[in-house]
Amino acid sequence: MKGNEAIAEAAIRAGCLHFFGYPITPQSEIPEYLSRRLPELGGCYVQSESEVATSHMIYGAAGVGTKVMTSSSSPGISLMAEGISYLAGAELPVVIVNIMRAGPGLGGILPAQSDYAQTTRGMAHGDFRLIALAPASVQEAVDLTILAFDLAEKYRTPVILAGDGVIGQMMEPVVLPEATVGPPLKADDWALTGCVGRKPRKVSSMFLDPDELNAHNFKLKARFAEIARNETRFEAYACDEPLDLLVTSFGISARICRSAVDAARSEGLKVGLFRPITISPFPMDALREIIGRSQRVLDVEMNTGQMLHDVEMAAQGRCPIDFFGRCGGLIPSAEGILEQIRASLAQLPKGGVP
Amino acid sequence: MMKPTTEILLAGFGGHGMLLSGRLLAQAAMEMGSQVSWLPAYGPEMRGGTANVAVCIARDQVGSPYVECPHILVAMNAPSFDKFAPKVKPDGLIVYNEGLVPNPKQRADCTALCVNAQEVAIAAGNIRAANLVMLGVLVGATELVSDDAVIAAIESEFAAKARFIPVNVAAYRAGVAHGKDGRCAQSA
Amino acid sequence: MNKVFSYADALIRKPFHYCPGCTHGTIHRLIAEVIDELGIRERVVGISPVGCAVFILDYLRCDMFQASHGRAPAVATGAKRCRPDLVVFTYQGDGDLAAIGTSEIVHAANRGERITVFFVNNAVYGMTGGQMAPTSVPGQRTTTTPHGRNTETDGYPVNMSEMLAALHTPAYIARVSMHAPKEIIAARHVVKKAFEHQLAGRCFSFVEFLSTCPTNWGMTPVESLRWLEKEMLPYFPLGEIKVPPADDTGGRMP
Ligand SMILES: Cc1ncc(C[n+]2csc(CCOP(=O)(O)OP(=O)(O)O)c2C)c(N)n1
Repeated sequence: MKGNEAIAEAAIRAGCLHFFGYPITPQSEIPEYLSRRLPELGGCYVQSESEVATSHMIYGAAGVGTKVMTSSSSPGISLMAEGISYLAGAELPVVIVNIMRAGPGLGGILPAQSDYAQTTRGMAHGDFRLIALAPASVQEAVDLTILAFDLAEKYRTPVILAGDGVIGQMMEPVVLPEATVGPPLKADDWALTGCVGRKPRKVSSMFLDPDELNAHNFKLKARFAEIARNETRFEAYACDEPLDLLVTSFGISARICRSAVDAARSEGLKVGLFRPITISPFPMDALREIIGRSQRVLDVEMNTGQMLHDVEMAAQGRCPIDFFGRCGGLIPSAEGILEQIRASLAQLPKGGVP
Repeated sequence: MMKPTTEILLAGFGGHGMLLSGRLLAQAAMEMGSQVSWLPAYGPEMRGGTANVAVCIARDQVGSPYVECPHILVAMNAPSFDKFAPKVKPDGLIVYNEGLVPNPKQRADCTALCVNAQEVAIAAGNIRAANLVMLGVLVGATELVSDDAVIAAIESEFAAKARFIPVNVAAYRAGVAHGKDGRCAQSA
Repeated sequence: MNKVFSYADALIRKPFHYCPGCTHGTIHRLIAEVIDELGIRERVVGISPVGCAVFILDYLRCDMFQASHGRAPAVATGAKRCRPDLVVFTYQGDGDLAAIGTSEIVHAANRGERITVFFVNNAVYGMTGGQMAPTSVPGQRTTTTPHGRNTETDGYPVNMSEMLAALHTPAYIARVSMHAPKEIIAARHVVKKAFEHQLAGRCFSFVEFLSTCPTNWGMTPVESLRWLEKEMLPYFPLGEIKVPPADDTGGRMP
């Protein structure tokens, strides 16, 4: 299946029957697919007038207790910033897919990982962080879409699925969960469903009392810390032994790095790969531990060095970090990365490399 | 060194159907138990320019689905040939359509196979099946996948338009025959 | 003894924070009374705006959303599409609906969302301190039009009701005023009709209330009622501006 369609079908299998969105390349197969499927399943598809509106439509949908998703690509996600902040403040569970393209501005429609910083730092005004998942294959896009709905519900928070144009456009075989339509959202104790036989409820991000808002912000922070403890996910590939070089990368570029790492290892080079799957919360401790037994780090991204800052934080200056990036829609090739791996290894003090 | 993944780039103009050929190839390989990926170039490149797709076939896991230097190039027209033939890995295979690639700049370190895809397709019953001829040549020459698997993929692809199945299968088989006897082969 | 007055059940018993002479309180009460009369309190989900009326959240005894500035019709769309059995309304000021939220209101109306919109037009930005609103009348002095609204540079007041009525999509659209008891009684009928159109699944419904803001207009409550009548009515004629064809159900939503 094509990545975008796989994400759409995975959402249905996770129990999401309501979708609001505005067209943008390279994610349009998601709304196209759902506009056909959701009405058949008794759900709804609404094409909004803008991503601003979309972000508030999902606020309304989640607020009445509905499992809901939207998808967009970089410029559209910027327009959703407002709604995302309200969703976070009002603690509403939604899934937002960002099939990233190259920026800034209108940029280009080709794949990029341009929004790492925006995605992992809350995305909008106010003081909060969100869960963000970065798939490296179509199968993982499916698995993480389903996980995104689970985490959104469990922690009452928006969850971002951060893919890119390659994940969205690529076709790969996938295994889907068996349930054709997953369960509805469990929101009995907070959703606005009409106040039959109970006190009226509010869904709001407004706290005019500074003490209350202070407490609310620290509550959200504590929840994010809990998410970091329970839900941080990463892949450490060929990282068991001490390493001469650790490659760090996320999403599709990590997938390409893996080919390069395989090639390097087949030449006998001691190279491993660390790939955060939750780019937020970032697997800081796990990376720090592996960097602790690596001589040098090479960070590879499809941008000018955004995750690099998290890698630097993990390294705490303990070893040199090189960066290799391609952006604007260019994709680093495995051959190009292999060259960088060799160049990084060449920097090691003598005796470091065989 | 055995290559764990075979990387194939299929390129032509938008409308030539190379994306479909790639999908049939990936589908057939998947049904035969391989891991596959199919990654089209999308965006402005698609409009009026070359439309190309990278197909990777691997025994266990496809690493990078993005292919810059393929093992095999299938080029339907001159712009595709000119753009990608120089990138084919040494010892690679280039299948090209001699009808639309009049002056191929040959690579000394690759095997080249050519066919007049449109002519063969017309003989098979429909000029629009030229993409299946190209796929046939590729499979005939490499035996990457079985004919049965490709034909099953064609049948499922055209399930809703069954009347197109026979001509596509015929074009594919004609291509396979060309690929098998390596006609037009110009190995260096 | 006969009881001649009581609180609406849908209205929470607490004093309004609104300035003396502000009509938000009266409009809240009209809506609450109609909710009671229709017996729909337990099905209602209301959406409060950004503006003085954000606190309607605290005054109505029903489930309530707080929405971002201008986006209430989008929130309502999300809620109503997912739960068509709920009775969904938004309550919005003129800055909220006719400036920052024009896109959301136009498209919710155009899609024929089965929601009810209460639009309170007081010709000024109340909460932020009396700046010019899209509905300020020509010559009106505000904190950002110290010499009066200049139609050369600021244009004319925006007639939201007429603009929405121009759409092909069937709708119920009416403009009422709060400047006299007779008008307030008429307004109550219109509020009821608006909800009834939603309850019948018939169409989008929209009620514009001409309203006052004595504090920011710099007038006494009585002066503001006269000012509304004299200055606003010429730009904002009252009445039902669009009614749906009686049999139209748009083929959608029960
Ligand atoms: C995005 C954004 N911009 C600006 C504001 C500031 N703001 C709060 S209320 C308001 C105007 C409200 O005026 P109106 O809608 O006419 O309602 P009223 O207060 O007059 O009832 C503005 C501009 C905001 N809260 N959010």
